[in-house]
Amino acid sequence: MMDLHLQTMTELAAGLEKGDFSSVELTQALLDRVAALDDRLNAFVTVTAAEALLAAARADAARAAGNVGALNGLPIIHKDIFCTRGVKTTCGSKMLNNFISPYDATVVEKLAAAGAVVLGKSNMDEFAMGSSNETSFFGPVRNPWDLECSPGGSSGGSSASVAARFAPAATGTDTGGSIRQPAALTGTVGIKPTYGRVSRYGMIAFASSLDQAGVITRSSEDAARVLGVMAGFDERDSTSIDHPVPDYLATIGDSIKGLRVGIVRQHFDEGLDEQTGARVKDAIAVIESLGATTVEVDLPNIDLSVPTYYVVAPAECSSNLSRFDGVRFGHRAENAEDLLDLYCRSRGEGFGDEVKRRIMTGAYVLSAGYYDAYYLKAQQVRQLIADDFKKAFADVDVIAGPTAPSPAFKLGDKVDDPIQMYLNDIYTIGANLAGLPAISVPCGFVNDMPVGLHLVGPHFGEEVLLRCGHQYQQQTEWHKACPEAFQ
Amino acid sequence: MSAGWEVVIGLEIHAQLATKSKIFSGSPTAYGAEPNTQANLVDLGYPGVLPVLNKEVVRMATMFGLAIGATVARRSVFARKNYFYPDLPKGYQISQLELPIVEHGELFITDANGNEKRIGVTRAHLEEDAGKSIHEGLDASSGIDLNRAGTPLLEIVSEPDLRSAKEAVAYMKKIHTIVRYLGISDGNMQEGSFRCDANVSVRPMGQEELGTRAELKNLNSFRYIEKAINIEVERQIDLIEDGGKVVQETRLYDSDRDETRSMRSKEEANDYRYFPDPDLLPVEITEEFIEVVRGTMPELPAAKEARFVDEYSLKGDDAGILTASRPLADYFEAVIAATDAPSQVAANWVIGDLAGALNRDGLDIADVRISADELAGLVNRIRDNTISGKIAKQVFEAMWEGEGSADEVIEARGLKQITDSSAIEAVVDKVIADNPGQVAEYQAGKDKLIGFFVGKVMQETKGQANPGQVNQILKDKLKS
Repeated sequence: MMDLHLQTMTELAAGLEKGDFSSVELTQALLDRVAALDDRLNAFVTVTAAEALLAAARADAARAAGNVGALNGLPIIHKDIFCTRGVKTTCGSKMLNNFISPYDATVVEKLAAAGAVVLGKSNMDEFAMGSSNETSFFGPVRNPWDLECSPGGSSGGSSASVAARFAPAATGTDTGGSIRQPAALTGTVGIKPTYGRVSRYGMIAFASSLDQAGVITRSSEDAARVLGVMAGFDERDSTSIDHPVPDYLATIGDSIKGLRVGIVRQHFDEGLDEQTGARVKDAIAVIESLGATTVEVDLPNIDLSVPTYYVVAPAECSSNLSRFDGVRFGHRAENAEDLLDLYCRSRGEGFGDEVKRRIMTGAYVLSAGYYDAYYLKAQQVRQLIADDFKKAFADVDVIAGPTAPSPAFKLGDKVDDPIQMYLNDIYTIGANLAGLPAISVPCGFVNDMPVGLHLVGPHFGEEVLLRCGHQYQQQTEWHKACPEAFQ
Repeated sequence: MSAGWEVVIGLEIHAQLATKSKIFSGSPTAYGAEPNTQANLVDLGYPGVLPVLNKEVVRMATMFGLAIGATVARRSVFARKNYFYPDLPKGYQISQLELPIVEHGELFITDANGNEKRIGVTRAHLEEDAGKSIHEGLDASSGIDLNRAGTPLLEIVSEPDLRSAKEAVAYMKKIHTIVRYLGISDGNMQEGSFRCDANVSVRPMGQEELGTRAELKNLNSFRYIEKAINIEVERQIDLIEDGGKVVQETRLYDSDRDETRSMRSKEEANDYRYFPDPDLLPVEITEEFIEVVRGTMPELPAAKEARFVDEYSLKGDDAGILTASRPLADYFEAVIAATDAPSQVAANWVIGDLAGALNRDGLDIADVRISADELAGLVNRIRDNTISGKIAKQVFEAMWEGEGSADEVIEARGLKQITDSSAIEAVVDKVIADNPGQVAEYQAGKDKLIGFFVGKVMQETKGQANPGQVNQILKDKLKS
């Protein structure tokens, strides 16, 4: 009972099944940990202890009645970007500090229906805009491996929580790397599925054509378990795709012999920390030792992915965030003189600097006279990048490389240099632009800080990514390492 | 209007599509509900919600495209039009910009010289309506009613082919008739279901280049459109003739003062920062779908009018009047089907007494108080000489007031025509006996007096004697 927090979801599911412990006991144990330890991390915006214990009791009752969902009684955490009925949903912003959602996101609904127990809502970069969790109105999240360091972002509260063993799984969203980069920086597994695989309904939009929900866990197997529940067509999201959801767990144990692994030369060029690169190459060697072969692939336009992203994403965000106007919900400036004053001050007070920067950039690239030169051009480049990937996947099954250019950086290090911050997503953004699934798996340490192996798959290639990740994790122990202060 | 000037007008008509639910949400579209009772989270623009296209609007737009001989785009794209306003919950309106669903249509109106004139329809695109700001009854604040937010609209944009306010009205009436025929809009102008913006400019006769235009916003009655355009044309001509210049701007028509006023100039105009809406997929329409829709198209006004002229040999404008609205045309054909009377007689009743009564009581044909079968029953009683045409008017009014069918009214009021010759002869004899002076004058050659005698006989018989018989019998008896 003492080490419940150290167990993976798969292990916990077995324990619940055997009756070694109840969901209420498990939930209480984890809530106790959060209460005792989260002061150090600031990973939670809201802890929903009462709701969690109620859900756990329901799950135990359901089990007793022989009615067991796929995640029955298993604790999870939701990134605070997912709308949860009756619970504050802040998106890491002052703008929504008072917002209690009247409805559940599809992801929330599905996980609840499978019996998952939600411990709370995790901290994040404001409106998911950031790579370090420092843009949150609720303060930065700290990395459990080094409290001076960032846990990555924007899903930093989720990654830190899973690394600190607050929960075996936490949902995240990924617009340019926001699941995978924090996973890499905290030694956890993070998967961003194919665009359209998981419903975006109820997930507060940052950049609609790039946003995709996924999950952070400690093992690929757990990721497969949760993703299987989250995925699927949703008629409330026109961009979700009606494509059958395979049983990811059924094939995860299959061999990867013969798997063709593509290596992108540009991903090992300058900009990549040497030791991080070495760990990633070691990981690829392990995969080769399992019978996979490597092939060099060319993504000629991949160097353009960061600038392309920083046109498309701000453009969409400038429009998506227009609804936060102080009129119907969210922060509203007091004593507004007139309508314009209400708008300007509500938004001026409610949004932080990074959000404002992106709204302004976005409004600029969409404005008359600049649209063709920026937005339209970026969409054209985006198509070229997607075509490059398509061509590459004619020859390979996955593309492997580093998730982030270096291990976790110190909080405050890059906060005044947006470009440096943006470059943290240099390897992950391509998958968002092309709508491809990608996973980050822990592959070692550099100066005692975790680094991640990044695998990108073809459309609907989640199965191969999870299988490859799982097979790699069968050979390695990196994901089992626990930060000292959180054991 | 000053001579030497040519008026150029293009219209942007907003027709509300008659769907049960909104264009991107499941909320009902019914008019007149309590504020904000027909707005769900999608209409309110809540965080995290997403639009889902109501496929019915695609079918309706396709019907419209086919009705005006337009190209129905195989692929059209929704775009966001970004601007801030309290009645626009998301901070953007979902519309279509570069790839609209309908393009390159046309229709024909009759110009001032009675000639047929082609008016090009540049495009028609789908979009959502905004909500409504409410100022009345609220002291220092404004209220917002989002019931209308997300109501589907078809914006129909004409070429600048219209040359007078009258042509603009004729064009708008044509579109109005078409959308109602298709059943894709109720066309209710009071409720704002059918309204237009008019782009108006003037140029010296013969000049190729277009003058600077002003846009007149939100005209919602045929009368106002005509008045507003004429006032605006006059303003522009006066301005130019006085050495001034028309500026490109948006103007509002004030019907109380009968003037147009500047709302905002081009410089103040928003940069809407349009871009394709990433929440919605492009609308893909297949050839098959278009054929299915084509198969459901009703007979359109122009075709129906031609058929009415051909099939029923109606006089003058009657075919046009009867086909101006589909329910009226249907009503007329239902009357025809239930009587052997000549079509023109039925047309006279429908256009005359029936339309008159509807108009007098402010009713729509849908609320008609005499069914087509009942009206045919009345026509039949004239035809079989049960009543005269004159008595029929009286019967019609009684039917309108709900006294029953023609037969019931005739029976109850004892209006049956007297066709018994001996009964009429007896009355004629009495009238001749009572008016010897007039008889002498008549017999001396004053033929016009026949009317006097007919009148007397009809008076005696309370109008129920068969007028034909009365005439004949009088003439016979007066001869001797």
